[in-house]
Amino acid sequence: MKFQIPSLIMAILERDLRLALRHGADTLGAVLFFILAGALFPLALGPSPELLRRMAPGIVWVCALLAALLPLDRLFGSELEDGSLDQLLMTGLPSPLIALAKMIAHWLTTGVPLLLAAGPLAIMLGMPAGSMVVLLTGLLLGTLILSLIGGMAASVVLGARRGGVLLPLLVLPLTTPALIFGAAALDAAQTGLSWGPDLELLGAFLAAAIPLCPLAAGAGLRAAVE
Amino acid sequence: MNATQSLTARTGNLFHRYANPGRFLRMGAKLQPWLTWPALALSAAGIVCGLFFSPADWQQGDSVRIMYVHVPTAWLASSGYMALAVCSLLSLVWRHPLADLAAVEIGPVGAAITAVCLATGSLWGKPMWGTWWVWDARLTSVLVLFFLYLGHIALIRAFDEPQRGYRAAAILGLAGAIDLPIIKFSVQWWNTLHQPDSITVTGAPTMSTSMLWPLGLTTLGFTLGFGAIVLARLRASVMESRIRTILAASRGRQSAQTNPQTDSAAV
Repeated sequence: MKFQIPSLIMAILERDLRLALRHGADTLGAVLFFILAGALFPLALGPSPELLRRMAPGIVWVCALLAALLPLDRLFGSELEDGSLDQLLMTGLPSPLIALAKMIAHWLTTGVPLLLAAGPLAIMLGMPAGSMVVLLTGLLLGTLILSLIGGMAASVVLGARRGGVLLPLLVLPLTTPALIFGAAALDAAQTGLSWGPDLELLGAFLAAAIPLCPLAAGAGLRAAVE
Repeated sequence: MNATQSLTARTGNLFHRYANPGRFLRMGAKLQPWLTWPALALSAAGIVCGLFFSPADWQQGDSVRIMYVHVPTAWLASSGYMALAVCSLLSLVWRHPLADLAAVEIGPVGAAITAVCLATGSLWGKPMWGTWWVWDARLTSVLVLFFLYLGHIALIRAFDEPQRGYRAAAILGLAGAIDLPIIKFSVQWWNTLHQPDSITVTGAPTMSTSMLWPLGLTTLGFTLGFGAIVLARLRASVMESRIRTILAASRGRQSAQTNPQTDSAAV
């Protein structure tokens, strides 16, 4: 029997999206965390519009980074526990492709809602509407990077004693370049400088992560079920 | 056996020769004094030279002497991670058992030396730049390296089954190697407070020979010291696993003597 690789990937995606819809509260948790954490900054720093506008790029990016971490420990964890990860690896699908499908699923269920919520949060923090395009383009690339690196880290900590605690320690250092370039592009847009180069560097980082992270994650998945 | 086969056998033998713990322990015991004593002698000579016999800088005064510790630790922080990445590759591709053990032992030593590098840099920064810390590219990328070491240390010890930890940490070790070129080129790509490299492979050093000598001595001494500590830890861990195996075997024998039924079940 010959398997159709795209249809198997679509099946994984469909399954994950359906699971995300059925457990709506889990899916919304990350977005709610994003908005709540963002709302804490005006409370802690004081409501001065000048200060908030200056800090808005960093706040939005850091909150998105932390919010994307939340669902990572369940990305492969439930599959490992109920045995469906073994089943998936036995379909004959290359393990990097399985990992890639799960990363896309993570992006669709966490990255896209974060993108939708980022606009309102940025406006609440007083970010000018003109830099919204830069924010959303940067976050589009940034959330993809987060899903790729996060998926890699999630596959690596599978079966560890305190995987959930380890995840931020592994993901956050590796995602610092994305944070630096993303927030720098937004900062440049606000101060009227050219923001293109920063977004291009972000895109280059994404282009490097697309082939490498699924490969590493595939090796991690195979090691987890050995 | 034809020539190609014997050649493959010989190179394979060369590569996996020290996977044998007994052979490694014998070689390690011979190598250890050749690392430890030169490391101590060279480090001591370099530090004495640096503190008393090298000139003070015309601009920085005596605080330039922090360099004789800061630069070697910075070099070792990156090289240590490079060694970790090589061990990760050996572990993932060839499943070399010694590479796994080496990765376990390099992690804490590398993290400690990175911490020393950051601390001495901070002490040097206060009198020279007027601040303990700036968020410039070189400092930030070395801080990220420190966190990568910590993540590796935590991950490799986070599994009940050691083999799983080795595989997972090897993947992370390779992924983290992306930080090494960023550290190296951070002073060229970004216009930062940290000075660019004074010593390059191709060009002449932009430093007086009177300062280069003690720096070379401490660098060599610290590097040998790094090797000596890692080798000592590695030998200790090989011996530890041997003792564990012996204890487990003798415990198994005892229980087999007291309860002969379980013996046949276990076999």
